[in-house]
Amino acid sequence: MNLLAVRTIYLFEMARWGRTILQSIIAPVITTSLYFVVFGSAIGSRITQIDGVSYGAFIVPGLIMLSLLTQSISNASIGIYFPKFIGTIYEILSAPVSYVEIVVSYVGAAATKSVILGLIILATAGLFVPIHVDNWPVMLLFMVLTSVTFSLFGFIIGIWADGFEKLQIVPLLVITPLTFLGGSFYSIHVLPPFWQAVTLFNPVVYLISGFRWSFYGISDVSVGISLAMTFVFLAICLAAVAWIFRTGYRLKS
Amino acid sequence: MSSMQTVLSVVDLSKTYASGYKALKSVSLDIRRGEIFGLLGPNGAGKTTLINIICGIVTPSSGRVTVDGHDIVTDFRAARASIGLVPQELVTDAFVSVWTTVAFSRGLFGKKADPAYLEKVLRELSLWDRKDSKIITLSGGMKRRVLIAKALAHEPQILFLDEPTAGVDVELRKDMWEVVRGLRAAGVTIILTTHYIDEAEEMADRIGVINRGEIILVEDKAELMRKLGKKQLRLQLQTKADRIPDALADFGLELSPDGCELIYTYDTRRERTGITALLTALGDAGVRFRDLQTSQSSLEEIFVSLVSDRP
Repeated sequence: MNLLAVRTIYLFEMARWGRTILQSIIAPVITTSLYFVVFGSAIGSRITQIDGVSYGAFIVPGLIMLSLLTQSISNASIGIYFPKFIGTIYEILSAPVSYVEIVVSYVGAAATKSVILGLIILATAGLFVPIHVDNWPVMLLFMVLTSVTFSLFGFIIGIWADGFEKLQIVPLLVITPLTFLGGSFYSIHVLPPFWQAVTLFNPVVYLISGFRWSFYGISDVSVGISLAMTFVFLAICLAAVAWIFRTGYRLKS
Repeated sequence: MSSMQTVLSVVDLSKTYASGYKALKSVSLDIRRGEIFGLLGPNGAGKTTLINIICGIVTPSSGRVTVDGHDIVTDFRAARASIGLVPQELVTDAFVSVWTTVAFSRGLFGKKADPAYLEKVLRELSLWDRKDSKIITLSGGMKRRVLIAKALAHEPQILFLDEPTAGVDVELRKDMWEVVRGLRAAGVTIILTTHYIDEAEEMADRIGVINRGEIILVEDKAELMRKLGKKQLRLQLQTKADRIPDALADFGLELSPDGCELIYTYDTRRERTGITALLTALGDAGVRFRDLQTSQSSLEEIFVSLVSDRP
């Protein structure tokens, strides 16, 4: 394995993140803070508790998950799309680097950024509501798994996209709605039975539910199913990436 | 080590794109270690496709390429590690420094950091003073040098220069030529594609001509010039002529439009050039001349002739 190459791409991507710190870190933190102000304080003041947890604290896992999903996709898709767009991808393709190494580098960097951002948002949330994490290992496991899985998904989008519009379509039109409808701001148990059943087709429900369980020990679906669904999505993304590199889809002619 | 040793071997290489366009048709080519090989061809001839396949950017439809004995598919790490590529387009990360991008290229090829070597490369390319400058602030010529520095960062044995002087001024072109000569002197094998035929004429040891996906010719440059080069003898007449004398009709002479020169084209490959007979015939016909000069076809003329002769 060309570990030096993996390290080089990884550090280059992390440095790019550092160069765009306003967009990469400060913007998501401000956005999340606004959610706390609007949902946690303004609306939350009218909602007492959900499953014994204050509303402000209840939405923390969902907000972190929202950032993890969008930032993982955004970081990974831009990471691979930009070299394609400006043409520097030639250097990656002509280097003695395997496809696995390329994926590990780009996805690893994107996932790292997301995990760091998730922890920053967690710390920011602590400024608004008292934070309590029941199970740190499971919380970190969900954070890492989600970041890796959705970074892989973002990597796929970055390969697929042939314009900036396509980069934005999936996060804006698919991921954000799924996250909002996946129980970020409410327990799915408050929905009518029909919509509860429909919601179970939303994969983000399982991520948020499992993640919230690690905080407060409460969940909409069992934590085992949440973990299993996360692994299923991870496997689907890995299979798609493997197909992309086997066929050279949108990378090699 | 023999100077004739093959360092890059291309055998029956073909490429048909998904659109059905056949970019390469069973191309075979050997590149010798340490030479400068000039690959000439009109736009769309297949030059860049050939380079991109060798470098791993484009997938071949069939055929085999080995770099220093390493197959580019089955042993791609060893093959690619030997190759540096300077692409035709000025493609670089705009917002990083020269040093960062060159160090990135070295790491990408699995080479440990070597600041002293990178400094040497940047100094040789007159980039050292700009090592901390963001690439976006550099001129086109400097960006071209950055691309060369990136390609050299991992100490390749073979360097592909795809139109290295496209869009650069005359002075910089000559600087580039010096850089390329320096690389060859250091033992780097160079494959140069160019639209500037004079560049190939100036630099290359051997010339390959590719047209419509086929290699038409591979030849030592000097031999090519000798084989295909036509020479002209221009005789400046003492008095203007309005037509070529009948006695000289057999020589295929041309009269310049101003009537001051007779032009005789001859083939250097022929045992007899016909010059002696012409001069004798001129004397017999009473045609007197003030001066004479000879000139040889340029590589550009040869190239145009080769490409235009093909259907």
